[in-house]
Amino acid sequence: MTWLLLSITIVATVVSDLLQSYEMKRAGAQSVDARGLGRLAGEIARRRYLILSIVCLAFSFFAFMALLQTAPLSFAVPASAGSFVLETALAKLLLKERIGPRRAAGSFLVAAGIVLLAR
Amino acid sequence: MRARTYLLLLLFLGLRAVGNLSLGFGTRHTSAALSINPLGYLAAMLDPFVAAGVAMLILALFTRLALLSLADLSFVLPMTAVGYVIAAVLGRVVLHEQVSAARWLGILLIFGGAALVGSTAQSTTKSPAVQSVGQSE
Repeated sequence: MTWLLLSITIVATVVSDLLQSYEMKRAGAQSVDARGLGRLAGEIARRRYLILSIVCLAFSFFAFMALLQTAPLSFAVPASAGSFVLETALAKLLLKERIGPRRAAGSFLVAAGIVLLAR
Repeated sequence: MRARTYLLLLLFLGLRAVGNLSLGFGTRHTSAALSINPLGYLAAMLDPFVAAGVAMLILALFTRLALLSLADLSFVLPMTAVGYVIAAVLGRVVLHEQVSAARWLGILLIFGGAALVGSTAQSTTKSPAVQSVGQSE
């Protein structure tokens, strides 16, 4: 059950993040003061992929919440970051982000760190 | 723009760390079987720690959306990974979970990697000025 919940968490997280990044880049710079939060809520209501990303996030959240019941926080949190490398590759392929040597090296170090943290 | 991104990053990390902790603490003290019965989720929400955790995580979601409006996903991901370090430390301090030597090495790698990514351009796709053109407001 732990691994099923973990898989649901990861797949849902990847799809959600890609959709969120795509839509938020199109929405332009946002803020989180009282007006900014209202504007953000408006963006969520208006943008179809953003709504879909919230649905994916809900799946990921509830799967993660159930995971937290059976696994310790310091395993559940880093293990659910298994999506990290996959997401960075997809950000380059699908979102056309430029990932230079420094960002690639930094991302690799972080990914290695997360794996060690999950042990 | 750079300072604003880091401010949002700090806010997001704080909200998610405390939110997850509150959620983890709350679910441990509720008897509902979450993975079996969907109604268990509703029962769990009655726990004040779970409710506070959910509220903070919703606010964290909004903060992260704002962050993604300013910076690349491949920039935001490694930078927010610092949150896993916070979770590990909080897990040790508050929930008394064990943190091994390998985990401390992981913490070092995450900080080093995040610092390296932090030295790259935050957004490598279209410029914000270009993006705002043609936006329906």
